[in-house]
Order: sequence, then C-alpha cells, then structure tokens
Amino acid sequence: MLLLAFDTATPHVTVALHDGTRTLATYDGEGSMRHGELLAPGITHVLARAGADVGEVTDLVVGVGPGPYTGLRVGVVTGRTLAAALGVRASGVCSLDGLAASAREDGVALPFVAASDARRKEVYWARYDSAGRRVRGPYVDLPAALADQLVGGEQVVGRGARLYADVLPAADGPLDPRAASMAAAVADGLVETLPLEPLYLRRPDAAEPAERTRAT
Amino acid sequence: MSTVLGIETSCDETGIGIVSDGELLGQALASSMAEHARFGGVVPEIAARAHLEALPSVLRAALDDAGLTVSDIDAVAVTAGPGLASALHVGVAAAKALCLATGAPLYAVHHAAGHVAADLLEHGPLPARCVVLIVSGGHTSLVQVDDLARDPIVHLGDTLDDAAGEAFDKVARLLELPYPGGPSVDAAAREGDPDAIRFPRALSNRQGGQRFAFSFSGLKTAVARHVDSLTRPLTARIVADVAASFQEAVVDSLVSKSLDACGHVGARTLLIVGGVAANRRLSEVAADRCARAGVELRVPRPALCTDNGAMIAAVGDLLVRAGRPASPLEVGADPSAPLTRAALA
Repeated sequence: MLLLAFDTATPHVTVALHDGTRTLATYDGEGSMRHGELLAPGITHVLARAGADVGEVTDLVVGVGPGPYTGLRVGVVTGRTLAAALGVRASGVCSLDGLAASAREDGVALPFVAASDARRKEVYWARYDSAGRRVRGPYVDLPAALADQLVGGEQVVGRGARLYADVLPAADGPLDPRAASMAAAVADGLVETLPLEPLYLRRPDAAEPAERTRAT
Repeated sequence: MSTVLGIETSCDETGIGIVSDGELLGQALASSMAEHARFGGVVPEIAARAHLEALPSVLRAALDDAGLTVSDIDAVAVTAGPGLASALHVGVAAAKALCLATGAPLYAVHHAAGHVAADLLEHGPLPARCVVLIVSGGHTSLVQVDDLARDPIVHLGDTLDDAAGEAFDKVARLLELPYPGGPSVDAAAREGDPDAIRFPRALSNRQGGQRFAFSFSGLKTAVARHVDSLTRPLTARIVADVAASFQEAVVDSLVSKSLDACGHVGARTLLIVGGVAANRRLSEVAADRCARAGVELRVPRPALCTDNGAMIAAVGDLLVRAGRPASPLEVGADPSAPLTRAALA
C-alpha cells in the first residue's frame, strides 16, 4: 500500500506519503491563496523524499473540507485528476476529521470540538465523542453560536478556536490538519471515508438582478 | 511528433482539446452558461463549482474523441490567465495533476493566445505577420502577431471600458432580450435597419494616441438614452432597429480600426477571433471591407471562436514544436495576465 494524502481546506497545504504502517515523507507549506502553486510541487517533494514513483501510489486520500472554496477545489480536482490518470482508489476525508486526528496525535483529550476558519467571521466545526467519532457536524456558524452549543468544559481545537479565543475555549493543539494524521487515520480505519466531493456547506453568493438594470 | 492536451477553464466553459502538429485530434466541452443566465452574467463561484464537477467527464470525453489514453499525452497546456481566479485555479490544478501522473511538461498559456491559435486548427499555419482582433465578452484588443510561439505579441489597442461582448449583454438587457446578449442581439438585428439610428462611433479620429483603442460605454449609454425615450411597450420592429443600429456601430468601429491597423503594421491578413467573431454582421462587414482593401480575412468557425480546450492545446503544440521552455509546477493562475506572449511564465 502506498497512500498519498493531502489537504488544502485551510491556509496550509499539507501532503504526506504513507505505506500503511508509517509515514514515509511529509510536506507542509503555508499557502493562503497559494494552494495551486504549492500542492503539485509538494506532491513531487514527498515522492522524491520517499524515493517513490507516482505510478506506485495505490490510494489517494484528499481533504474535502469544509474550507475556503478556491483552495479546497485545488485539492479535490488534483485528487480526481490523479485518480483518473493513475487509475487508483481515491477517497475524501472531512478536513475537520483530519484536524481531529492531528489533535489526538498531539494528545488533546477527547471529547472535543474541532473548528476551522470559515472566513466571514464564521467557523466550520464538528464534535468528536470520547471514542473520537464525529457525532455532530460539519456545520458553519458564528463563533458565538458555536459557544452556545458547547457542553460543560468542552474544548475547541484548531485555527477556528484560536482566531476566536475570546469566545471559544481554545485547546492547546494543532491549528490545521496534517496530511500524515489523515493518512494514518485512513490506514487504521479510524475515519469515515467520503466521496471526493467538496463539502461547501454554503450556496454560492449570487443575487438575481432586479426587474431591469439600468445601464450605467 | 508530440500530442498536446489543452485545458481551458477561465470563464464558464470547461474545455479540453488534444492537438498534434497543428491538427485537432479530439475535444470535449461542458458549459455552465445556463446556470448563470438568471443572474444576467457569469457568477464566478457557480462557474468554479461547475468546472470541478465537469472536468473528469470532459477529460474522458476528449480522450475518447481522440481515441487516446492519458499515457499518449506528451505535454499539457492550460489557460493560466486572464480570467476568473476561482475558475482558473481548477484548470491549472487539473493540468498539474495530469503532469504529475504522466511526467508530461506543463505549458501555462495566455487565454487570448488560444483564441489566436484556434484559427490554425481550421485554416492552417498563421502567416508571418497578422493583425488579430480579439473580441469577446471579456476582451476587445487589436494585436500584431508575428511568430506566436517565439515573438512578443504587440499590443496596438484595447478597449478603454467595456468589452464588445459586454456591451452586447448590456444592450440586450436594455432591450429585454435574453442573456447572453451576443446571439440574442444578433438575431433581433436581422429584422432591423442598421441605419435607423446613428449611434456614435467612439474614438474614430485616426490622429492621436487612441487610434487603435475602443470604447463602448458611451455607445451603450446612447442606446440606454434612446430606449428610455421610447414609448412602451417596445414593438419588435423598434427592438430590431435599435439592435441593428447598435450592432452596426460596434461592427463599424471594430472593422475600421482593424483595417487601419493592418495598414499601419503592414499586415496582409486580419484574423478575427473570440466569441463575438461568431457575430453574423461582423463577418459580413469584415469580409466586404477586407476584400475591398485587399486584406485576407480569417475567422475560425463559431465552435472554435468561443472558449474551448482545443485552442489552448493549439498554443501548447506551437510552444512544444518551437522548443520553448515548459512552465515550472509552481506556476500560479494569473487572473489579470497581460497579453505580451503566448506563454505565461
């Protein structure tokens, strides 16, 4: 098994190559607005580091969000195109599940809520129970609305919590998901795999024009 | 001989074409135009979502059309700009993924260079020098093209405000004709008198710095004022006359300046490309006036004039054959890329 995992649903671009038992190589780049520039070189980098050829990849694991759309689509279209061209299996993983997997690796105690930046002063979030299963979400809400739904002493992990630490009890933990944790969680059967479809959660912003628009 | 696959996602068409040695081997296209119609214009987020959904099936269809598999592809060309940022990113990422999977080199190209190259798929190699009128919903430019793969593209003039296609969309809205305005105004104008109303031809003075520049916002305002002065409801006859007179003013500006440019740079060929090149009146007037001026007119068929992947593959094919360097995998989408060369980065 040679599993190539990546996620572009946060300001981070994260890539990992995993052989089913251990991580062979990782790449992490700060990529806000630069996902399209960083992802392909990041994939080349992990393959080179592991001395692997792309043709040896057997599985793709791709973060399907929720996350800012332009970056998210870079990951999903890369996954779909690689899957089509290489003829390999491709699965989606909720990016918040990836964040939760990284948080557990870092020793954040379950149960917790994972939250990422949804922009427009909102957060994407999901709740994980004491066994690490996602039991609610993903949703998009104002931080205050999420705070109202927290149950006694529950901590919130991730960039979404850190950004709104004034309203949310931010846990000490990772800001963003790491592809290496996603790959390990998939290899160990710890996360639900999804179709390679972006989790947008919001509809496109577009308003139909009024009756007749005056030319200006 | 190389086989080049081209990907186009700069606006609302998801296009993939495959070209080898100037010959179109296969292509496929999906459009999200119908999803934008009720908004009166292209909504970037809707377009980007549609590109993502369409790409795998368009890729398969283009390869099937050519009777090829991914492993037959020797190079990948992609529109890296200009265009809608969110839409461009989808195509660029898909192109890079194909390059990763196949080891093929990547060529990031300028969208408008694709419009120019589209014509060689139909009419053969481009002449040593030509003037190109690039006219679409997003562009109205006059450029001098020598060797498209090797030489810089010389800008002669651009629109100072609206693109010609944009003016058609706005006038269609004024006349309550459906979006997109190009075909609907063209159809309405067929029954109208092009000389019914004398709308202004902006910047028609051949002296000074605006000799090859275009402006359509004043024309659109003149049409708006005229329409506002009319009694409602507008009869079909009136709509036809306004549409025909507006179209005549646009066509007159486009053709006059194009032929003036041909004389100015010593080009014996005028190439008209882009979505508005499909306009029936533009082809008629251009054919007539080019014939009188002794200038060869080349206009690709409508399917090659609108956005498609074949034209991007055609640019890639030229770059490969000219031995031009490939783009690095780090290359990004450039939504406002200026047209200075066919290859971006």
